[in-house]
Amino acid sequence: MTVIDETPAAAQAVETGKVSSHLHPEPGYDLALHPVPTGREEIWRFTPLKRLQGLLDDQASDAHLSWTTQLPAGVTLTPISGEEARELGEFLPFDRLAALAVAHAGGAMLLDIPAEAELDEPVRIDLEGTGLDQVVWGQVIVRVGRFARATVVIEHRGQARYSHATTVLVGDGAQLDLVTLNDWSDDSVHAGQVGIRVGRDARVRASEFTIGGDLVRTSTNVEYAGPGGDAELLGLYFVDAGQHIEHRLFVDHTAPKTKSNVTYKGALQGEGARAVWIGNVLIRKVAEGIETYEENRNLVLTDGCQADSVPNLEIETGEIEGAGHASAIGRFDDEQLFYLRSRGIEESEARRLVVHGFFNDLIRRVGVPELEERLRAVVEAELERHVLTDGQA
Amino acid sequence: MSTLEIKDLHVSVTTEDGPKEILKGVTLTIKDGETHAIMGPNGSGKSTLAYSIAGHPKYEVTGGSVTLDGEDVLAMSVDERARAGLFLAMQYPVEVPGVSVANFLRTAKTAIDGEAPKLRTWVKDVNTALGANGLDASFSQRSVNEGFSGGEKKRHEIAQLNLLQPKVAVLDETDSGLDIDALKVVSEGVNTFAQGGDKGVLLITHYTRILRYIKPDFVHVFVAGKVAESGGAELAEQLEAEGYDKYVAAAR
Repeated sequence: MTVIDETPAAAQAVETGKVSSHLHPEPGYDLALHPVPTGREEIWRFTPLKRLQGLLDDQASDAHLSWTTQLPAGVTLTPISGEEARELGEFLPFDRLAALAVAHAGGAMLLDIPAEAELDEPVRIDLEGTGLDQVVWGQVIVRVGRFARATVVIEHRGQARYSHATTVLVGDGAQLDLVTLNDWSDDSVHAGQVGIRVGRDARVRASEFTIGGDLVRTSTNVEYAGPGGDAELLGLYFVDAGQHIEHRLFVDHTAPKTKSNVTYKGALQGEGARAVWIGNVLIRKVAEGIETYEENRNLVLTDGCQADSVPNLEIETGEIEGAGHASAIGRFDDEQLFYLRSRGIEESEARRLVVHGFFNDLIRRVGVPELEERLRAVVEAELERHVLTDGQA
Repeated sequence: MSTLEIKDLHVSVTTEDGPKEILKGVTLTIKDGETHAIMGPNGSGKSTLAYSIAGHPKYEVTGGSVTLDGEDVLAMSVDERARAGLFLAMQYPVEVPGVSVANFLRTAKTAIDGEAPKLRTWVKDVNTALGANGLDASFSQRSVNEGFSGGEKKRHEIAQLNLLQPKVAVLDETDSGLDIDALKVVSEGVNTFAQGGDKGVLLITHYTRILRYIKPDFVHVFVAGKVAESGGAELAEQLEAEGYDKYVAAAR
């Protein structure tokens, strides 16, 4: 029955028309819409195409990640056909990566959280890559029924060349906490399009943590199926030597009285560490009374790193509550270090505190207590490996 | 017994036009049990003196010496100075987002004592020190100085002073920006520390107001990067009446 609930919402969103933003080419399934990029296109100019290791090649594969799941009672995970995924109202592919993923995935996995479900424990999906031999194409639909309340945790681990298109449908009045951890092996490559459609008066908090992988490029797109929706997008990343970590966000305010808040924070360390953050917000004519804020902060811990941070705001109506953005790329704040050290705290320990603090702000907002502890541990492990030794050097 | 001895200290900062000398031969000795007030007009180098003693990298010492109980302070790193027993209460305490006051205080106390404070009494000690300075216990869960009002930042500095118990405290314009109630609270915190025995205080201020609550044993007039005159508490009263004009004119 929830299918019927969702379909009108999807249809309504499609009616809002094609994205007029110059930052986004026309989405669609047809590969002809998404030719092989040259690298000069706006959406590709930050990505080292060669390191995508075949994710742009139109080549079939039947390889899969290894799935381990914990599903609370009432929650189901079932394979569906690509056609069914379209009927559910999945996001159209925004780029060649997603178009290829949908074309070759051979159907989608549907995670279904029924209407009015109140989950006391998180849905857990652990996806493990088992090697680089073959590209893994993935298609995932997460459907949260109206008035449901759920936490979904998706963890990516292991070794893989993985590209997926994921759609998250949040029903009217539903509340979803979606946490994604990207912690791949150092030679893995991961591309993902995540489309989130926020129902009327629904609230979604999507937190993304990218730690490992040679190249990770995720594109998260948010739109609203009705007024009153609230989307909070949080991101934390730790980029080590040689890694390319790219997060692209696009919030499309397709309905009035909607809210979005984007906060991404990352630390970079080591030769060739590269972070890219693109934060696009489009406020359509219809989107009166909306409120949006986006923020990206990069902490550069050593020489040899590069961070690009590009916030964009396109406004088609001035009748809004507020819109703003902030972006910063900086080294350690010398005054913070001086303050801590003037209290007797050694330099390496002071650095550790400052980086912890930088991320703690964000981790506190994830809102999933049992995960916060683990995320702190992840940050701690990264710090142990690098910052402490660098600080003492 | 502890003595902070500053001898003929010269300090420069780098400016666009090259190095500029701010301190031009400062000599001062602060023994334990003594409270010294340094008073001077804006731009006289008072804060530079405070930050130079603490070891801020912006200031380059070009001559002279600073010793604490005979140990060469200038050879120590910033954190070594604090562990040796120096404390600087800053005029503009720095915000450290995401680091809780509780974590910060415990880390600092552990660093200074060389061992972690006893868990059983520590929380109580923290709450007592915060409370004595008019900060309720909820402050220990907040990020260091983040979102604190100007007065709360100063109270937090003095709460740290009370907890960390250094040998010598340098207070850089702790009174600036405080209303009279906050000034009384902060002064009491400083007095509690000073009466703890074997403690030296170097109180840097622009105004005489705080000296109604903290009684200095010595008052030094600081003008153009050095001590222009030294005396007892009566010198402060004279400054209150006459201002710094006489000294500024003489230094030109």
